[in-house]
Amino acid sequence: MATSYTPGLKVLKKTLFKTKRILPLKGNVHVDIGQDITPDTIVASTNLPGNVQMVKLSNILNIEPKDVENALKVREGDSVQKGEMIAETEGVFGFFKSSFSSPIDGIIESVSSKTGRIIIREKPIPVEIDGYVKGVVDKVIPEEGVVVKSSAAFIQGIFGIAGEKKGVVSMISSSPEEELHEDQITSEMKGKILIGGSFVSIQAYKKALQYDVAGIVVGGFNYYDLKEILGYNLGVAITGTEKLNTALIVTEGYGNIPMSHSTFSLLKDHDNKLASINGATQIRAGVIRPEIVIPLNSQMKEGENTTNDSNHGISIGSVVRIIRSPYFGKIGEVVSLPPELQQMESETMVRVAEIKVNEENFLIPRANLESVETK
Amino acid sequence: MKLNTILATDCGSTTTKAILIENVNGKYRLTFRGEAPTTVEAPFEDVTKGVLNAVLEIEELSGRKLISEDNIITPQNSNEGVDIYVSTSSAGGGLQMMVAGVVKSMSAESAERAALGAGSIVMDVLASNDGRKPHEKITRIRQLRPDMILLSGGTDGGTTSHVTELADILAASNPQPRLGQDYKLPIIYAGNNKARDAIKNTLDGISDLDIVDNIRPILEKENLEPSRDKIHDLFMEHVMAQAPGYKKLMGWTDAPIMPTPGAVGSLIEMIAERDNISVVGVDIGGATTDVFSVFNKKFNRTVSANLGMSYSICNVLADAGLENVLRWVPFKIETSDLINRIGNKMIRPTTVPQSLEELIIEQAIAREALRLSFIQHKNFATSLKGVQSDRTISDAFEQSSSGMSLVNMMELDLLVGSGGVLSHAPRRQQSARMLIDSFMPEGITQLAVDSIFMMPQLGVLANIDKEEFKEDAKDASLEVFEKDCLIRLGTCIAPVGEVDKSTSMGYAELRFSDGEKQTIDLLEGALLVIEYPYKEVTVEIFPQKSIDIGAGKGEEIATTVYGGEVGIIFDCRNRPISVSDDPQTRVQELKRWSDALNEYPKEAE
Repeated sequence: MATSYTPGLKVLKKTLFKTKRILPLKGNVHVDIGQDITPDTIVASTNLPGNVQMVKLSNILNIEPKDVENALKVREGDSVQKGEMIAETEGVFGFFKSSFSSPIDGIIESVSSKTGRIIIREKPIPVEIDGYVKGVVDKVIPEEGVVVKSSAAFIQGIFGIAGEKKGVVSMISSSPEEELHEDQITSEMKGKILIGGSFVSIQAYKKALQYDVAGIVVGGFNYYDLKEILGYNLGVAITGTEKLNTALIVTEGYGNIPMSHSTFSLLKDHDNKLASINGATQIRAGVIRPEIVIPLNSQMKEGENTTNDSNHGISIGSVVRIIRSPYFGKIGEVVSLPPELQQMESETMVRVAEIKVNEENFLIPRANLESVETK
Repeated sequence: MKLNTILATDCGSTTTKAILIENVNGKYRLTFRGEAPTTVEAPFEDVTKGVLNAVLEIEELSGRKLISEDNIITPQNSNEGVDIYVSTSSAGGGLQMMVAGVVKSMSAESAERAALGAGSIVMDVLASNDGRKPHEKITRIRQLRPDMILLSGGTDGGTTSHVTELADILAASNPQPRLGQDYKLPIIYAGNNKARDAIKNTLDGISDLDIVDNIRPILEKENLEPSRDKIHDLFMEHVMAQAPGYKKLMGWTDAPIMPTPGAVGSLIEMIAERDNISVVGVDIGGATTDVFSVFNKKFNRTVSANLGMSYSICNVLADAGLENVLRWVPFKIETSDLINRIGNKMIRPTTVPQSLEELIIEQAIAREALRLSFIQHKNFATSLKGVQSDRTISDAFEQSSSGMSLVNMMELDLLVGSGGVLSHAPRRQQSARMLIDSFMPEGITQLAVDSIFMMPQLGVLANIDKEEFKEDAKDASLEVFEKDCLIRLGTCIAPVGEVDKSTSMGYAELRFSDGEKQTIDLLEGALLVIEYPYKEVTVEIFPQKSIDIGAGKGEEIATTVYGGEVGIIFDCRNRPISVSDDPQTRVQELKRWSDALNEYPKEAE
């Protein structure tokens, strides 16, 4: 049987972080390989086709669809201005004419003598892609975008909301067990990334929104409070497009859960440094985790990576977090990995790991363990 | 050529499952199975690696060499390899389609039925009368990026303007395929034959257009087959060919790769036809719940895209409401804690319930996910809408009309459940209870679960077209389905009708194969089980005059039923099953029902 335990979230002191910055449609790339960039550098841009307006001209002018072409004063491909008269009927002896003016600035895209409809397309919508992190252009994908690389500290959260933000890391809580309180958030925190401990309340998050805080990174948040922020029940964990000024990254889960010590201390090491964060999450095929990227001054080479990548499964001695009730949030050490299936209280037969938590041993399904930090 | 060994895989989003079927003493049996993580995504980006890992597990267990130089050995060579290899796939999000039709409840609904029947997820249904403005439709098409589009509309020879307008909208949106930027999006046109030239003019340049016979040639007829077949062809040629490693996998298989739900549906359709029965099948997964049904020889499939047990578990909570989930939980629980727990299951979807309390909560949510999915299915599986029928004076007193649901629970013969929460419940009694509480069968219904979810592999096997294998492959599929795939839970006998609370609804006389007899008084509100294995039992039921057991109110029934791992269940709870609002009474009722079936260990109480 294939073993499966939830891969741990990455908490990397130093890694060669790479990110693809790709346009939604083909366009122009503005940077070259090896070029230094900042998070704000525009690396590629394009124009998305404008929205279209479909107009049933035959109905408006009260004519047959086949007569639409004759009534039109413009042709396919012509530019039109809002309010410009673009079609007129001959009327009766020059009287009782019906006319139609363009509702938008745009281009006549098509005219159908079959349906009597015309399609007017609005001006193209410009789209620009920035660099997201401070780093170097690693690869150029012609007409599509670039890959940016950066030597950085890198942390993944379990869940987040709102897309990419950047700001200076600012430690607010003094320990992973401490909550981030509403009264700790002030107007001076505008544009910063606040680091809390175990929990942030809805009131505190709303205050951060009010002061334009760039982001909050914290151990836990109440699932049921998301509705108040998003305006709807979050049914599936697919986020990132929310129009919110403050990104929220939860590192441990829903509820009041102390942030992992390794995550907290790594963030503390980079207090007052510039970071890029992204709350986008997709827990489905093609998983996307929210992330915190803190570029470092020292450069790394390909293949070079420092330790603490906890994605290598679980072995005896691994430090793990229990990620399901009844011991949710507890951290312990793997004492043994019995190969036989074991019956749980629920009578479910599973592969287990024996975990030592505060001098007490528990049998926990391996699927309910997450490797958070290695010794 | 006689088939002796068959290898079949199902490449799911997270796991690739392989089964080996062998001809043992003239009978086909499942002999070994293996599984491995699917490898469609980075860092592997090659589906065949996961396939080889799963097959390697079978190789190790069976001692039979199946792989040589990263290839599956086929055809069989003495003690090495297999005669044929087949596969299904739902990896990378499965087949995702958008459908369009002129009238939402007519051609658009037929198009949706064809797409769902082919095993697709339908991302959106566009219709001329769906209330959206053209630019809203265009924005939606651009956002969704489907794998392909099925366009229908109009009866043959009828008006063409509406369907050509829909084509205009498609053309204006310039739809892009989901996978890759270097090929054109496939569009299938299955509408009015008179509009074909106009459709070609509009769509040929911007898409890869295919034209098939009209899905609704006349209002009274639905013709889904040509569209379904074309979807399967395009799934292979376009979608699969773009996914990582699939070109190689397609080279290995002896039959086209089918979308997983398409294969399951096909198998269910085949079983219903062979045994001339009505069937409902359900597959409850982490993200979605599929419901399949065959009533009056009509097959229907629906996908409840956001009702599942992990990735979309919070959506079940949102759609069903906390009260509806809690009505199945026989203990008090802090609601804020419960909501956070369910949220944590969504973000850590692979965890399993360790405590009994967690298991009971998960099964409560499953009941609601199944109930909601089945409501959606009943609303979709209807007779054709918009069809005029001749009415006589006697019909004037009936409310039946076009668009009535085909699902008739009193006619249902077999209810099959699959998916982790049903197939792997620690006790089979729990699976039976979940199926009964959510589907609420009426009259006499057999219950079963799929042991390890091998219906996809058996479905693709039953669909092999190659003449030399066709018959054997179908035999193998149906034999393994009966012997190894289905776990028979038993039969549910549910009398329906109104009597006073706790009074008799009638009685049943059971005669077992050893000659022993038993009489059961059917008391309103009771749930009881007669433990008996999967063997024949003769049953005679004598209902009260207001009670129906399948033959009409007050009509007796004498028939043969089967036991199973749970037995023969008499469910005399009213329909729909209601649970008391009073917390104390509710807990007592739930415990009584659980005890009747020995559903949970006693410590839970």
